[in-house]
Amino acid sequence: MSKMHVSASVNGEPVEFLCEPQQSLLNVLRDELNLTGTKEGCTTGDCGACSVMLDDRLVCSCLTLAAEVQGKSVGTIEGVANGDTLHPIQQALLEHAALQCGVCTPGYVVAIKALLEKNPLPSESEIRYWLAGNLCRCTGYDKIITAVQDVAQQMAKADKNAGEPA
Amino acid sequence: MGSFAYAAPDNLADALAVLEQHKNAGQRIQIFAGGTDVLVQLKAGDSEPRTFLDVKNIRETQTISLKGDSAFIGATIVCAQLYENLALKEMFPGLIESADLIGSTQIQGKATLGGNLCNASPAGDTIAALYANKAICMIAGKSGSRELPVEDFVTGVGRNALKPGEILLGLKLPKPNANTSDAYLRFIPRTEMDIAVVGAGVSITLDDEGVCVDATVAISAVAVTTLLVPEAAQALIGSSVDEVALQAAAQASSAAARPISDKRGTKEFRRKVVGVLTRRAALIAANRVKGEAE
Repeated sequence: MSKMHVSASVNGEPVEFLCEPQQSLLNVLRDELNLTGTKEGCTTGDCGACSVMLDDRLVCSCLTLAAEVQGKSVGTIEGVANGDTLHPIQQALLEHAALQCGVCTPGYVVAIKALLEKNPLPSESEIRYWLAGNLCRCTGYDKIITAVQDVAQQMAKADKNAGEPA
Repeated sequence: MGSFAYAAPDNLADALAVLEQHKNAGQRIQIFAGGTDVLVQLKAGDSEPRTFLDVKNIRETQTISLKGDSAFIGATIVCAQLYENLALKEMFPGLIESADLIGSTQIQGKATLGGNLCNASPAGDTIAALYANKAICMIAGKSGSRELPVEDFVTGVGRNALKPGEILLGLKLPKPNANTSDAYLRFIPRTEMDIAVVGAGVSITLDDEGVCVDATVAISAVAVTTLLVPEAAQALIGSSVDEVALQAAAQASSAAARPISDKRGTKEFRRKVVGVLTRRAALIAANRVKGEAE
């Protein structure tokens, strides 16, 4: 069976790749496109380490076929920071010591970003439910939740200031 | 030894043609929607080569229509699209809650209503809610389309009534009137991200005096397929959904259950809890009709 040719957008850039029909998006991101920021955890959709955006939806790239993204846009952790400047979500996770080994962190960042785009000031329980599919075996979760609450406030404030005349 | 292939036709005729081709050639083909069950099964042992027929690009499977007497929900509408649709949420709060209970945010962005039904897990959350709402499966095949009540669609654990060459396009649900509502409840030992140990879906219609004139009760994870429990519905019909009727409905569900014991729960536990959930879901559905707080 010859490989499939897929055209998609990854982090806003047009990308073309060849893949096997049964190959996962996670596998293509890491092994074909060298975007190794997205982590492989369970490969069965339980842990969220491989979270990416597919068009406007947060999904597990391990449960997405690479062939499925034909014509779609994929957003990975590599598209979150602005060059060397961390995204406020990444900065908040650092400041709150909300990571240790870091394997779950890219998935968290992508998931938190998706949450705050939909719901800029989520309640604690909304945060916990939204992130229930992201497992972290280091932090005990509380630091992550606190970081999200903090960065949500910061980003809302920054948005408000940006909207007011200087 | 075959090989893997993937096809994502953008119209029904092409999709049916691909199915027909594989049928005639005796090649394995699997309909693919969200992939959240299929890709797990692929990794868990069923690694035999096959063609994945992705049906997400077919317009009919991507449609939600609320025109006329029934609602139509396309088979590849994902859970998140269901609970983001306020009109659907208002019409079928129980069904929408069942979709909201499945997996994580990530899973809900990919897992589809049709996929949950076709996967036919005894514990599938939306299935009991579809039974309660008298959903009709809209099936397309080479020689035309057919309709099948949802309770005849699920034929066993992981088995459904689709014949080779057929595609589930979506589900047609009679629109509830102002006096009808539904509810779905499941038991899991934690607050989210788990598979139902027991589930119950109930739809209730009251008259203007608050007397139940119609009811459908479906229970899940207590038999090889979701079960309709007409005896529980009968216990509610004619009552004001009072404690006596609720207890009778609960007993009917417990009696109808044919559970197994496994790591999630024992037979005895499931039999008891399915009654409790039937009672509670019926009460929630009735209170929704009356517009009372839950």
